[in-house]
Amino acid sequence: MPGVARIVATDCGSTTTKAVLIERQEDGYHLIGRGEAPTTVEAPFDDVTVGVRNAIGELEELTGREFLGDGRVQTPCRSGSGADLYLSTSSAGGGLQMLVTGVVKTMTAESAQRAALGAGAIVIDVIAVDDGRADHERIARIRAIRPDMILMSGGTEGGTVQHLLDTAELLVAADARPRLGRAFKLPVIYAGNSEARQGVQQIVGERVELLMVDNLRPQLERENLGPAREAIHRLFLEHVMAQAPGYDELLTWTSAPVMSTPRAVGEMVQLAAREEGADVLAVDIGGATTDVFSVFGDQFNRTVSANLGLSYSVCNVLAEAGGSGIRRWIPAAMAESDLRDRLRNKMIRPTTIPQSVADLLLEQAVAREALRLALAHHGALASGLKGIQQARTMADVFTQVVSGASLVDMMSLGLIIGSGGILSHAPRREQAAMMITDAFEPRGVTKLAVDSIFMMPQLGVLASVLPEAAMQVFCRDCLIPLGTVIAPVGRAREGEAVLEWEMRGERGELRAGDLRRMPLPTGERAEVTLHPSRAMDVGAGRGRRWRGLVEGGAAGVIFDGRGRPLELPPDDRQRLTKLGQWMRAAGAMPGVS
Amino acid sequence: MPVAYTPGLRVAADTVIRKNRRLPMRGQVLVTAGQTVVAEAAVARAEMPGAAQLIRAAQMLHVEPQELPRHLVKRAGEEVQAGEAIARTRSLWGLLKNEVRSPISGIIEEISSTSGHIRVRERPRTVEVRAHVAGRVLEVIAGEGAVIEARGALVQGIFGVGGERRGVLRLVSDGPDQVLRAEAIQDCQGCVLVAGAGADGPTISRAANAGAAGLVVGAVSDEALRQYVGYDIGVAITGQEDVPMTLIITEGFGELPMARRTWELLGSLEGQLASVDGATQIRAGVIRPEIIVTREATAEAPPEAAPEQVVTVGSRVRVIREPNFGALGRVTALPPELTEIETESRVRIAAVKLDRGEEVRVPRANLELIQE
Repeated sequence: MPGVARIVATDCGSTTTKAVLIERQEDGYHLIGRGEAPTTVEAPFDDVTVGVRNAIGELEELTGREFLGDGRVQTPCRSGSGADLYLSTSSAGGGLQMLVTGVVKTMTAESAQRAALGAGAIVIDVIAVDDGRADHERIARIRAIRPDMILMSGGTEGGTVQHLLDTAELLVAADARPRLGRAFKLPVIYAGNSEARQGVQQIVGERVELLMVDNLRPQLERENLGPAREAIHRLFLEHVMAQAPGYDELLTWTSAPVMSTPRAVGEMVQLAAREEGADVLAVDIGGATTDVFSVFGDQFNRTVSANLGLSYSVCNVLAEAGGSGIRRWIPAAMAESDLRDRLRNKMIRPTTIPQSVADLLLEQAVAREALRLALAHHGALASGLKGIQQARTMADVFTQVVSGASLVDMMSLGLIIGSGGILSHAPRREQAAMMITDAFEPRGVTKLAVDSIFMMPQLGVLASVLPEAAMQVFCRDCLIPLGTVIAPVGRAREGEAVLEWEMRGERGELRAGDLRRMPLPTGERAEVTLHPSRAMDVGAGRGRRWRGLVEGGAAGVIFDGRGRPLELPPDDRQRLTKLGQWMRAAGAMPGVS
Repeated sequence: MPVAYTPGLRVAADTVIRKNRRLPMRGQVLVTAGQTVVAEAAVARAEMPGAAQLIRAAQMLHVEPQELPRHLVKRAGEEVQAGEAIARTRSLWGLLKNEVRSPISGIIEEISSTSGHIRVRERPRTVEVRAHVAGRVLEVIAGEGAVIEARGALVQGIFGVGGERRGVLRLVSDGPDQVLRAEAIQDCQGCVLVAGAGADGPTISRAANAGAAGLVVGAVSDEALRQYVGYDIGVAITGQEDVPMTLIITEGFGELPMARRTWELLGSLEGQLASVDGATQIRAGVIRPEIIVTREATAEAPPEAAPEQVVTVGSRVRVIREPNFGALGRVTALPPELTEIETESRVRIAAVKLDRGEEVRVPRANLELIQE
């Protein structure tokens, strides 16, 4: 698309619609401006395009350009007004909520879950033959949750038929109805054993909108998620989006199909991994949910922890992590009852911001736990295929590799991207670096960055049309480098030397239990040589030297000798002392320069 | 003049209240437009299909699914009682009998020779939606329900648990800043109790056990809430809890006096029938818990004053986050530039003169408007 000089893209979120303007200049594409307005999917407006017009209207005011004409975005750009491309993503109205079914929970049902999540859905339940529930419980559940769509899987090719028929019977018995649009039929994608297609069709009849696609797990050793994901995307546009107020109109404005927000972010993460040539982990921590995206090797995975967030669901983090789990990250004394009341007050007034240092430290502590829990959830699902008989050689006898092991390898990870207000708008970038480091515990050498204004959705949908423009803006205007974390892994006693480093002519030593920082400004790179002690590994193997370039950022280079897994002292006084030392060393302690 | 968008909760003595009363599924509307209804009146009714049970009949009888019809003793569409035989096989000249019995009473909905399953569905259940507030039917929503228009007092709380209930309002604290004492709870069967600054877990349970329909209180602690509902509420979507009494808090968590205006309004309505609903949803499409006391519409409804939503210099506000949480004051300045606060964040602030005399700077996001 050589003629594209001006691009307007919107992301219609649950609460806010965000618009960005991207323009081509002599050296490529740049972000020019950003506007936002409340999303208007719900009463009294009941029309998403009102919020889109308002957000673009703000963009017009801020940039002094004109994009709207006749009440819509004008494409292509004529006489300086309008845009050459108008694109949009959407997660308004609670996103795409799906129920998935399979035969075995850890096999076909898990593959179906991966297909749905990768397509940008929120999986609200997984029904499987071995899920431990009785039929009547499953029926009651399907009836209660009212999903937007169902993905049915199960049986390898030539495998079980009966279990698929059983599941079809459950759907009929539950009289499953869609969440939106009382008059339309519930879309059901069948991606199971092809031999059961006819029987399933007979049982469900005309009650649902049934779409048959290729088996997503044709063999135990092979997943084929593409056709199911494409079908989800198609039905999302044709059925779910069409039911949301105003979307029929919005779909006529856009130059490419509207994409679900998480799918767009996933596209961008995959593009970033290809460009970086590294494994990438990205996290978006919001008010209600935390999404984790990863690319390890050529495997892309996404999970959404639907109730781990920092405002509406802040008390769910409290329920899952416990008061003590959150309190352990606060470098100041705070009674658990006080902590709990503060979080409840945040829950009921989610738009308030921390004014006191204690409140800030508390919110950042909650973020650490939400991120930690979300990564654990991601690691469980982003795994190799389970239930496979692996051919083993003599060499494997000693390695004990099991099928279904997590793909998340924190040592091979090259880049972590954090997104969401708590990370992108932390008063100090060093605080964002510490939250990510404490929660994710990267191993070896890992670059850290944050998404400046959560532009990844708009760039993701742009990548589907103009990938080079998306990548240029991503690198120039979207990502803010935080720096690099270097964390040796291995056993060491507190105070024992674990690493020596050389960087820009300086030498340093890291001891177990310590955290140190070397400044390296944003945009600069430095060659670093790392000499881990005999028992420690920084990526080249135990005791092996590592040499390479590291990138700078607001937090510089953090040498993290705290060990993996990171364990905090059980004694309260020692814990407070240690946390204080680490935060001061990282430059993350408020009020301490 | 600088302004900031900061909506507060509604506390109105006399306003027009419109309630959408809809069935969860299509059904029959029982009222007509213009009709006057009492709070208990049924507005719409639907027959909710009963829950279904699947019986793996072919598998239980050890026959192929397509052979199942040969062994039926009941047909699709027939009624069946719990324990009654639906299908049967006999072998060894009838000596050995294998039977499939229905686990529930209901109608045999389908017998499938594809899957070999029999589906039995319980009889439909009647679901009714009541008016909840006394008023007039403004509009009928065909097949779904109606919009009821009422006139009266409306108080929004900040958080609640428990669903719709109705009862006579009764003040049980000595003032808005007084914590509810257990001994104050007496003879409160069916009442909606109004307390001041807080109530602990045992006191809340005592009110519920005494048969109160609702308890409205300034604040409770997280611990008291956990004790009452029996678990940690994770996500702020409530209203469906299995609790015997609806609990509504008006200010927040901890120990906070009920706003004087709320206290005085509820006090002025003591002895009248209140409709309360603890349902809270704090995200897009915010739902706050409500206390409604309707009055007979003897005169023209008051003009609909749009609730004030912007803070300007002179606005009466409440601080809704630490430090100074709960303090009331008046805005003295709204500087347009970003200002660094204690956390080192740079935010838009308001200068506020607190009622206790102190002048403080507060992020605008941490202020709530008090309607005067």
